[in-house]
Amino acid sequence: MKIIVCIKQVPARDSQLRVAPSGAWIQEADLGYEINEPDAYALEEGLQLKEKHGGETVVLCAGPARAAQTIREALAKGADRAIHIEEDNLGAFDPLGAARLLAAALAPEKPDLVLTGLQSDDLGYGQTGVILAELLGLPHATIIMQVEKQDGSIRVKRELEDGWFQHVEMPLPALLTIQSGINKLRYATLMGIKKAKNKEIRTVSASALGAAVLSPSIELSRVYLPGRSKQTQLFDGPPKEAAAKLVEKLKFEARVI
Amino acid sequence: MSILVVMEQRAIQGPPAWNRMSWETLAAGQQLARELQQPVSAAVLGQGIEALASELANRKLDRVYAVEHDLLKDYTPDTYSAAVRQLVEKTAARIVVFPHTYQVRDFLPKLATALGRVAVSDVIAHRVEDGQLVLVRQLFQGKLNVDVRFTGDPPYFASLQAGAYRADGLEAGSAALEKFAPQLAPPRTKPLDLFREAQRAVDLTAAEIIVSVGRGIKEADNIPIVQKLADALGAELAASRPICDSGWLPMERQVGSSGQTVAPKMYMAVGISGAIQHLVGMKGSKTIVAINKDANAPIFEVADYGIVGDLFQVVPALVEEIQKAKG
Repeated sequence: MKIIVCIKQVPARDSQLRVAPSGAWIQEADLGYEINEPDAYALEEGLQLKEKHGGETVVLCAGPARAAQTIREALAKGADRAIHIEEDNLGAFDPLGAARLLAAALAPEKPDLVLTGLQSDDLGYGQTGVILAELLGLPHATIIMQVEKQDGSIRVKRELEDGWFQHVEMPLPALLTIQSGINKLRYATLMGIKKAKNKEIRTVSASALGAAVLSPSIELSRVYLPGRSKQTQLFDGPPKEAAAKLVEKLKFEARVI
Repeated sequence: MSILVVMEQRAIQGPPAWNRMSWETLAAGQQLARELQQPVSAAVLGQGIEALASELANRKLDRVYAVEHDLLKDYTPDTYSAAVRQLVEKTAARIVVFPHTYQVRDFLPKLATALGRVAVSDVIAHRVEDGQLVLVRQLFQGKLNVDVRFTGDPPYFASLQAGAYRADGLEAGSAALEKFAPQLAPPRTKPLDLFREAQRAVDLTAAEIIVSVGRGIKEADNIPIVQKLADALGAELAASRPICDSGWLPMERQVGSSGQTVAPKMYMAVGISGAIQHLVGMKGSKTIVAINKDANAPIFEVADYGIVGDLFQVVPALVEEIQKAKG
């Protein structure tokens, strides 16, 4: 089974984010980056399926040069090779434009299964996988918590609201968006890190893919800190002092102790 | 020239029933209609949905579309996106809004792509500027907000976050009911059984006080630190999704969109940043307390009380003070 896993590099989870002077995005200088968390689970699922059923797991990533670090880490965990769509100005692409880039790189690979994380931790549209399925003409299912390969088809467990799940069956090739928690993430081994150095990363540009920036159909016009919906009473000072003040409020004002 | 609200129903146990988020979306549709001075209609898709369509027709709407087909009985992305697409083309709707449900997340991007559009997902608010619609959504798990505008031609698609609009603002009235039978091909995916995992042993919804723990706890071995806090308060221990994903606490203790929705007297969030998936599961709590090292964590947006600090120092101090207060 040939599996392609789409991964994205995003600012590290604990980053202190600041709005850029332009007001249209964040200040990217000095930020640390890491793999988008749901994509890490998609990658792990792709690796486990390959280990079980044989075949190849290929990583596909669109991003600037710094994304190569995240790609190397995926190779160190066990992906066989990678395609890096190197593009500095991904912000000029809307979700459809970005998915067109991925689709152009994906289609000639003729994968049996395409996996993505269910959403990105930065933009959070939660759309790339489904758009990609439509562009590639593949059946899809989203927010997947289990994948079973059958003869020429797959049976998946889809998460719904309020603790409900549904099984869905579909023919291959297909696309799935993977939910965090579907599996246990592995760490790269020293051997894996060593091997990754010799694995192929094919770098292509957006223009070489023939998927130049189309005029986007949505525009992010202003990024800002959200307002507070409640007046929060914040207690500071040494932990003991803050704890005492909080407990007093909980006892005499909120009356919950 | 109109606004179309696509409602959601689901038949899990018994006949088709509304997904309650649909009413919030309908209220938002009515609000948009007033602000943009355009008529608003609503649609419900499925099979055996006459009763739901009639109920919908008792609202202040231009039209109600009952989109019925045997292939819409069970949801699939192929049939639902094709059916809504045909309805949008028939009605020439300019703005099409959906509740941001798991089902909508599954088919709306497909529908928008088929029409060469981009849907704006998970919208939390909107405003109208010079007759133009500006949508607000979150970035970076709620750490920042962003204003989004449509730059291309309509139809414009958007899905609205749970709790972003209030259903109690809905206006009653009467609407013309119209049946619409889409042309559908059999779907490629085959929906099978709907099920819940083993019966939940923990009913968090019954708890008066909940202490909930998130990533800030760092590792499984630290869980007893918050367990002590829960014990001191006589609270149930709950968690955000990543804690349950990692297996540090069982899934049945998860609060959020994929876990339980709770509204206790007090909800104390320890080391939880407050991604929207978590907030929708607890923001109805009477008193919310947040303990987090990041003063900009979105959990503080909904908290009544908060301590910005290191939970490993704050929580033991809190346990001590609670024990003192309870004397």
